[in-house]
Amino acid sequence: MSVAPVKTITYREAMREAIREALLADERVFLMGEDVGAYGGCFGVSKGLLDEFGPERIRDTPLSESAFVGAGIGAALGGMRPIVEVMTVNFCLLALDQIMNNAATITHMSGGQFAIPLVIRMTTGAGRQVAAQHSHSLEGWLAHIPGLKLLAPATLADARGMLAPALADPNPVLMFEHGSLYNLEGELASDAGAVDIERAAIRRPGDDVTLIAYGGTLATALSAADQLATGGIEAEVLDLRVLRPLDDRAIVESVVRTHRAVVVDEGWRSGSLAAEVSARIMEQAFYELDAPVARVCSAEVPMPYPRHLEQGALPQPGQVVDEVRRMIGVPADE
Amino acid sequence: MSDFVMPSLGADMEAGTVLDWYVKPGDTVKRGDIVALVDTSKAEIEVEIFQGGVIDELRVPVGERVPVGTVLATLHPVGDEVPVPVRVGAPAAAMPAPAAPAIAVTALPAAPPAPAPIQVVAAGTNHRLRVSPLARRVAAQLGIDLSQVSGSGPNGAITKADVERARPAGQPPAPARRPGSPPPAREPGDRQAAMREAIGALMARSKREIPHYYLQLEIDMGRALDWLRDANLQRPMNERLLPSVLLLSAVARAAAEMPEMNGFWTDGAFRSGDGVHLGVAISLRGGGLIAPALHDADQKSLEEIMAGVRDLVQRARSGRLRSSEMSDPTLTVTNLGERGVDLVHGVIYPPQVALVGFGAVRERPWAIDGMLGIRPVVVATLAADHRASDGHAGGRFLTLIERRLQKPEDP
Repeated sequence: MSVAPVKTITYREAMREAIREALLADERVFLMGEDVGAYGGCFGVSKGLLDEFGPERIRDTPLSESAFVGAGIGAALGGMRPIVEVMTVNFCLLALDQIMNNAATITHMSGGQFAIPLVIRMTTGAGRQVAAQHSHSLEGWLAHIPGLKLLAPATLADARGMLAPALADPNPVLMFEHGSLYNLEGELASDAGAVDIERAAIRRPGDDVTLIAYGGTLATALSAADQLATGGIEAEVLDLRVLRPLDDRAIVESVVRTHRAVVVDEGWRSGSLAAEVSARIMEQAFYELDAPVARVCSAEVPMPYPRHLEQGALPQPGQVVDEVRRMIGVPADE
Repeated sequence: MSDFVMPSLGADMEAGTVLDWYVKPGDTVKRGDIVALVDTSKAEIEVEIFQGGVIDELRVPVGERVPVGTVLATLHPVGDEVPVPVRVGAPAAAMPAPAAPAIAVTALPAAPPAPAPIQVVAAGTNHRLRVSPLARRVAAQLGIDLSQVSGSGPNGAITKADVERARPAGQPPAPARRPGSPPPAREPGDRQAAMREAIGALMARSKREIPHYYLQLEIDMGRALDWLRDANLQRPMNERLLPSVLLLSAVARAAAEMPEMNGFWTDGAFRSGDGVHLGVAISLRGGGLIAPALHDADQKSLEEIMAGVRDLVQRARSGRLRSSEMSDPTLTVTNLGERGVDLVHGVIYPPQVALVGFGAVRERPWAIDGMLGIRPVVVATLAADHRASDGHAGGRFLTLIERRLQKPEDP
């Protein structure tokens, strides 16, 4: 068996390849959203797709999230496989009625007669100095809603491979693409394809503490783990990947090995996804814990515009390192 | 003076771990009181005591796994002289009064000789030690006095590493375990594996020892379901009955008329059950199954059966069944209809002698009075022990169940 050659690719390109593959594979698939056509997408993901697939399948929409997310739901009900791009998670609040009251409920309220095979992609997170209306990380709010599946691709392989199974899912799937990841570049097998959308993944094994992260905070956790390793502390980094339903088994199995956990979440701490993960660890692995579960979250402020304040508000590797050292009983540096 | 021993909570149980004591020396207990929480490989079970008296001594500490039959506690009849409990590590003069309940812990015979006596944290100390849940568990396993351990964790909390550092040199690094005894099944993965193993051993024994015979009967559920629909219309939503309640009730009442289906095959002879205690097969989330008893099901109204099953399912899944529910079933019913299968060829749960299975209720063409109609039909199956009964009796049993289901108004 020959190993497929690898190629260098960015997260943005991997996502584009996934969309292109979906469009080629199934004529029911189409992409719509603000500026996805002529402009090539606000983050450049759909660049070139309009030329290749035409305006029927790469559709620019008015600035009305409620209308075009609703149209996506209608198209899914009608048998299509829409990919709806919402520019950032902040703007999905305008479509929250459609997402929650229609997409998440119609299968239930119709007694299973209607499925909503809809994928909504949205950018999330901060770090690009686009201030308090474009930078928040609201995954935790949406993860509250039964009837939705939430994905957070944080690697090239997941960017490339999560869309196909999301489209194949008969239920609405929300994909969160962290804005800091689009320029992430690395090697990916040229035949990379679909990945599972059920399980969390261990991105770095370790025995001393579990760092639980997703999306944009995966890099934060990995960087913290590298720093900790220089001090002889081996951190396991668990990438949640699927934010709803959470992979409790992977979380608990890791904590059973390490007996300590720090959740790194770019959402605000109060009522966050980190709070949910922490509660589940308490419920299912209390007697395995050698220290209280810790959380490193964003400061509870509207995201500041100045770079130093923005970075100060976001979870940083140093904070994760400090939390781990505190719970293990190693004095912090200096 | 009598002994309270680790009960067998099902034929597949060989050992159990005491997770909690609900009594202490000096407590008066009466028959049926829940005295301890025991982890079998299948579930956490609240264990009842079957003799009344006053607890003298708890012989097995929390966390210890011991074989079935091991003495867990000793007790004496109420009114008898109180024997002096063995108190280790607590100076007698410090005890407030002789009759005051004190936790007495004795060194277990199998434990390695402890260099120092096991200390009991003095009662009445107001200071609460900061100990991580894991450290507390490990300390209990190693028999380490936490008041003698200094903490290095957050805010001085005692961690697992602190407990291990405090372990006397003579003690082995791993939690003391009786050689040859199975490891405690506590980790979620271990629990799954242990349950699989227990089910495997029991079912293999059943297939090896019990000459099963199988019968099946298609039952027209039209009358029963019509009656149920009408009856449910009169009920508030949360009191509505499920069709499976009718099935359980029919089996229980038929079993009351057929003692040879309801009981145990032990020591080469059949012994009929003392009442009809239906084992209700409940599949557990994450795999595995358990079949606790619905006591005296033949005497219960449909409402009582509904409430009983709901209670059993809830407690089975949260791991809070009682010991009598594990050992008492006289006949098991398994309903795989929800899973969509047509019929079940069941494996008998030893030492019981029969198992009744139901598949899905499906609409089928059905000839009745020379006419063809569509009727909801369920296939009832019987797996029975040929040592205890013959096919003739088994056939009668299924027919009795069918007859019950044709008269739902008179369950």
